[in-house]
Amino acid sequence: MKDAAALQKREKGEPLFHITKRAEIVWWKAWLIRLAAIAASLIVCAVISLLLGDINPFSFFGSMLNGAFGTARRCWNLFYELAILLSISLAVTPAFKMRFWNIGAEGQALIGGLATAACMYYFGGRIPTPLLFVVMIAASILAGMIWAVIPAVFKAFWNTNETLFTLMMNYVAIQLVTFMINFWVTSGSGTLPPMSAYALPTVGNAWILNILVVALLTVAVYIYLRFSKHGYELSVVGESENTALYVGINVKKVIIRTMLLSGALCGVTGLLLVGGTDHTISTSTVGGRGFTAIMVSWLGRFNPLFMVLTSFLLAFLKAGANQVSNDYKMNGSISDIITAVILFFVIGCEFFIQYRIAFRKHGKEEK
Amino acid sequence: MTRPAIELRGITKTFGSIVANKNIDLDVRYGEILSILGENGSGKTTLMNMISGIYFPDAGQILINGHEVVIRSPKDAFAHGIGMIHQHFKLVDVFSAAENIVLGHEEKRFNKKAIAAEVREICELYGFDVDPEKKIYEMSVSEKQTVEIIKVLYRGADILILDEPTAVLTPQETEKLFAVLRRMRDAGKAIVIITHKLHEVLSLSDRVSVLRKGEYIGTVKTAETDETALTEMMVGKKVSLNIERNDPKSLEKRLEVKDLTCIDREGTQVLSNISFSANGGEILGIAGIAGSGQRELLEAIAGLQKYQTGEILYFDPATGETESLKDKTPMQIRELGVRLSFVPEDRLGMGLVGNMDIVDNMMLRSYRGGKSAFLDRKKPKDLADEIIEELEVATPGVHTQVRKLSGGNVQKVLVGREIAAAPTVFMAAYPVRGLDINSSYMIYNLLNKQKENGVAVIFVGEDLDVLIELCDRILVIGSGQITGLVDARRVTKEEIGLLMTRSVSSDGAAPEKEGEKE
Repeated sequence: MKDAAALQKREKGEPLFHITKRAEIVWWKAWLIRLAAIAASLIVCAVISLLLGDINPFSFFGSMLNGAFGTARRCWNLFYELAILLSISLAVTPAFKMRFWNIGAEGQALIGGLATAACMYYFGGRIPTPLLFVVMIAASILAGMIWAVIPAVFKAFWNTNETLFTLMMNYVAIQLVTFMINFWVTSGSGTLPPMSAYALPTVGNAWILNILVVALLTVAVYIYLRFSKHGYELSVVGESENTALYVGINVKKVIIRTMLLSGALCGVTGLLLVGGTDHTISTSTVGGRGFTAIMVSWLGRFNPLFMVLTSFLLAFLKAGANQVSNDYKMNGSISDIITAVILFFVIGCEFFIQYRIAFRKHGKEEK
Repeated sequence: MTRPAIELRGITKTFGSIVANKNIDLDVRYGEILSILGENGSGKTTLMNMISGIYFPDAGQILINGHEVVIRSPKDAFAHGIGMIHQHFKLVDVFSAAENIVLGHEEKRFNKKAIAAEVREICELYGFDVDPEKKIYEMSVSEKQTVEIIKVLYRGADILILDEPTAVLTPQETEKLFAVLRRMRDAGKAIVIITHKLHEVLSLSDRVSVLRKGEYIGTVKTAETDETALTEMMVGKKVSLNIERNDPKSLEKRLEVKDLTCIDREGTQVLSNISFSANGGEILGIAGIAGSGQRELLEAIAGLQKYQTGEILYFDPATGETESLKDKTPMQIRELGVRLSFVPEDRLGMGLVGNMDIVDNMMLRSYRGGKSAFLDRKKPKDLADEIIEELEVATPGVHTQVRKLSGGNVQKVLVGREIAAAPTVFMAAYPVRGLDINSSYMIYNLLNKQKENGVAVIFVGEDLDVLIELCDRILVIGSGQITGLVDARRVTKEEIGLLMTRSVSSDGAAPEKEGEKE
């Protein structure tokens, strides 16, 4: 009797469930969990739309698809958005693989764009156009590199926190853009008029050049990370600094070199945005993509090929959700809600792929 | 006065396949100091963590004041009057002592004056010397420890568990701590200290419980025992392993360490005046309690640990030249033509990259070869295939992530790679830790083969039986100093055990003499 009571007491004391790490999961199971998560997120979205706006779920999803693929223009826009988001995600990926949390891509791209705009403003019409393009490319890349290498140097030599540092550099970049616009624009409008005469040449339509450049960059970054010695070194540094030291890798050099690359790629994004499509600059030119890129890169497991998929998902959600709020005369919050719900499920399901939940087993105590 | 405070009955805890505690019975009584003695990895800390609510036992009962209890969290432990002082302090640096003491203690309002008064009262009662207003970051290690102790007393703990409390203290601070502990014992508290220092056990505790390899060996009264008896309980009887050992031939000096002194970032002297030489064609064992400076010594030789004074010399067998390795990075050492292989203690955190596959791990040492900016994965793959076949690595394939392999297979991959570099000096830290018998013997054979090829092998071990049967000479270190250099063929386990647990500074005896005496 006494034993039974003690046993009962102990069972009560034991936690309800344990969370254990999975050793390995078969690929189809992982994808099953992901699909289930997406299905669940769509159901939640439908319920929300039903409750908030009394919208029929089918027309709701139809509206999303329409927003993304409805017209040729929308399709091009979708792929353009995908490309820009992907290019900035490619930029942060080498740094992330090195476990250097560069959340300053927004500023690095913006400063690249500012350098492009400055070249267009000062040299446009004064030097031959082909030379102008070369100067624009060089200036944007250099500007991005400078913005990225400052926190890298501080990290490498004094171990400062790169997250805060790169974040703060964003605000410096934004203020600098505001300052330059005020400096250049003397009329009351406060915006820099497009300098389309000096824009990068278009191929076919306004979007194709950007898409092509990003496609090339994707392959290049993939090869760099997977097959080059540099890529190998930065992975080792990211995985374990101790191992890097043990095999004689110069960690400081790798940190600085990788951030130079990261900044250069951000600069290219700035060049594409300003020189390729906008032909002007404002503080919202990058439009928060520098932060969305963090998510793209993580969700894509730092693999440029997977990142094509994740940036597609995000670009699709953005276009679709905007259309929903337009079609049903709701404010922008609905699109944020939809995006958030879907991302919550997509990211959250990774937990169930990594971990297994084991519930308390009754009566299995005595063996 | 000898009312039992804690009674453990059949406590078992396993981590995966490793049994950390096996069926342990133990009594802790009020008004006494109990030492838990055992080598590293004997399960002392795991056992105490179960009492203080950090781990949950797989089986067995815990009785407190005679009643069975369930301890699920440190909070539960506190409710039963148990307080643990961990080896690594858990204090908020920017808070004052008083703020840290009340942290997480919910019942009372935050009244600084009242707290300070109460803290002073506790201090006076037991003779602590600490200023409640002082911030933690301004404190010395011993002051921080005092705060930890006051913290648990403030919460009304009657049972105090201290995990290696003297590891970070100077001898004077240790004496002060002991005085406080004695006063607390006299006030009727139950005190448990986890330690592996024999002289402390003898001078402080009333009873000693010994653990060895996760098992409970026994409890003795301190007054009725001595160092030799305790050492024997701790290390156990000699077990014959039948490791093959040939006599070293054609010894030649390969590496010489001269007066090496190393001070770490916290200002602790982790190595002091270490001098020895390692010869090609022999296995030099290094014995010592874990954390006595073995890691720093090997890393200093490998160019990973800076040292203040002293020198390390390498005698190149190919050219006959002598090179100094002082102030050189691992890369520079390699460029000198020193073929040094190193199997570090932390296999996945230093020797290998856990998230990379076997092929990519093979490249770690060699990927720089060639002028191309791109990697050559062909040769590493061949090497990986070769190692998998020769060392019988159990793996689904060469592209399996190393962290997914079992401990023994991880070690085979690492040792295989390091041997493939054709070293002239081969250093291995705890190469058989966590390995099964077969893998262990395979590693011993590999080391013996290196020895026969004229390589200078340095083997840092923890199992004394292995050290005695595998090595030619054994260097014993304690608290960063050499406490003995003995001939492995003639030394006994107890002799090494005694050398390990003493420190040169406290008794001042010349270590070499001690080693040769018998």
